[in-house]
Amino acid sequence: MPTITLTVNHPAGLHARPAAEFVKTAAAFPCNITVRNITDDKPAVNAKSILSVLTLGVHQGYEIEVNAEGDQAQEALQAISDLIKNNFGET
Amino acid sequence: MQRYQGMPASSGVAIGPVWVYHPIELHIEQRRVTDSQGEWQRLERAIQQTKIQLQTLKARALESAGEKEAAIFEAHALFLEDVELLDMLRKSIHEEEINAESAVETCFEHYASMLLALDNAYFQARAQDVRDVKQQLLRMLSDQEKEMGIAPPYPAVIIAEDLTPSDTIQFRRDFILGLGTMRGGPTSHTAILARALGVPAVVSAPIHIDAIAPEAIAVVDGDKGEIIINPSEEVLAQARIARQRQQALHTIAICTAHEPAITTDGCQVEVVANVGGPEDVQQAIAMGAEGIGLFRTEFLYLDRTDMPDEEEQTLVYRQVFELMTGKPVVVRTLDIGGDKPAPYLDVKPEPNPFLGWRAIRMIDRRPDVLQRQFRALLAAAGQTNTDLRIMIPLVSSLDEFIRARELFETTRTALADEGIPLPKQVQFGMMVETPAAALLAHHFAKEADFFSIGTNDLTQYTLAVDRTNERVAHLASPYHPAVLHLIAMTIEAAHAHDCWVGLCGELAGEVLAVPLLLGFGLDEFSMAPVSIPTIKVEIRRWNRKQCQEIARAALSLPTTQAVKSFLQEIEP
Repeated sequence: MPTITLTVNHPAGLHARPAAEFVKTAAAFPCNITVRNITDDKPAVNAKSILSVLTLGVHQGYEIEVNAEGDQAQEALQAISDLIKNNFGET
Repeated sequence: MQRYQGMPASSGVAIGPVWVYHPIELHIEQRRVTDSQGEWQRLERAIQQTKIQLQTLKARALESAGEKEAAIFEAHALFLEDVELLDMLRKSIHEEEINAESAVETCFEHYASMLLALDNAYFQARAQDVRDVKQQLLRMLSDQEKEMGIAPPYPAVIIAEDLTPSDTIQFRRDFILGLGTMRGGPTSHTAILARALGVPAVVSAPIHIDAIAPEAIAVVDGDKGEIIINPSEEVLAQARIARQRQQALHTIAICTAHEPAITTDGCQVEVVANVGGPEDVQQAIAMGAEGIGLFRTEFLYLDRTDMPDEEEQTLVYRQVFELMTGKPVVVRTLDIGGDKPAPYLDVKPEPNPFLGWRAIRMIDRRPDVLQRQFRALLAAAGQTNTDLRIMIPLVSSLDEFIRARELFETTRTALADEGIPLPKQVQFGMMVETPAAALLAHHFAKEADFFSIGTNDLTQYTLAVDRTNERVAHLASPYHPAVLHLIAMTIEAAHAHDCWVGLCGELAGEVLAVPLLLGFGLDEFSMAPVSIPTIKVEIRRWNRKQCQEIARAALSLPTTQAVKSFLQEIEP
């Protein structure tokens, strides 16, 4: 099962626009994707659900684990990794 | 007369009849439903209608407030598309056979309570958003009330226990004189909306809403954070004067924005704008900017996979220079680092990006980046006859600056050899934003044509406070005496070597700081365009001699609070 670990560097964490962008990116893929807050050790939630992602309470500097299963799992993880590493495309 | 002390949320004084907002109370009864399919369809319809309503609210916010405010409603619409929430609603209706209203109540509250349980005000505030959407959906489901809450029938001071963004935006703008609420913080959506609409607002005031008589008059003082119900004649008169004074000041500021800023004893200082790209330049000119004191160039480099070439950069710089028609333009060279990764520069996320490989420090491995930027700037300035001033960010040691200057000189010579028209004169200066640069200003001043003090970073580096960490961000005050001493010594050292000094941090746009900065001898104030008219008015009120005494006195004070209190009390 493909899994990646990422650090969220955006000042807002996974909140506001970054949370929305994160969910939008995940929802573009057919596979099941979950995300877990490693820093606070919270159970994994559906990465395509904005409310679930918000309840993870991910702040700046937190580590998250993203897990994908099914069609295009690798592509999905790549897209999410790019989004976070490019700091949600923010200027 | 009742006086309630709350928190200031949006500046200004409002006086008017009170209109108390009572949100419609919806009583949710749980019923068993036999036709689950029909019930689900009823809910789906209500969800669709709520989405349309949110679109309308978004359009209204866009028109009356702004993009940031409109985004609130876009985020609300996202909740209604949430796969987990929809799944939970579907299960409640189909498996538990309950009615749509109680399914909505249970499922939305599930998420609201989870958000409230988080240890951060930011996330907790989202619970309010979830409940706002829930209320709209419940209203949509109830037959008797398709409309949103009721709105004031006349221009009024609106008093409420709490206001959701959807409540605030549906009121007619010209009917909202002021807002006062019992709940909410200065960073709540309602406070943000009030500021965008330019409506005075106070939040978190312990008002006895039930005790307010229908014909009451209210004063909302968004600067002091006060709400006064049924003010005495005396208080009312004072409030009227305060309101008139504010309106007059605003009008004067706008009318005199294009006049120079000269102190009462005849010293003129330059008032210029901070811009982040060509689109800000028009506004800067309209607000009376006499030039550009900080042109940030990062926008050219972000969100792309390759470095912008010389031609592309020249085009953009030309656009800005042409609009400024020969007026001074201070361009800050690329200030990028681990907080804003750029793959083609090999900039990676770092544990401490503000202490990392960024800005001028890239000159060691990537001199080509700076060289290309110099070439484009010189070419664009040569084509437009611009008073170009190039500024190097994050300088902390003299050899860095000398190296940058040498690179600049060789680039200029190379361009001249290629026969490219160059501007007659270019000033070459640096940002003073590290304590190291301020402490050694007397050395730097011999090499630089000018300094621009970046107080946001200077404060962060001097006080060892990460501005993006909200637990300590409140400690990052440029009024801290340590920061003020660095500013004062930078200006003094610069003037001893005929080097002029500007300031482009947020401090330059603060009315409170004007006498202090005039007293230090600052030559150029650079700020967000919207602050220019007010700061010009403030500069014209002061006498530079008197300001020098004020500055001396401020430097002798021990704490941030002591400095601020002192500045609040003094008058010209």
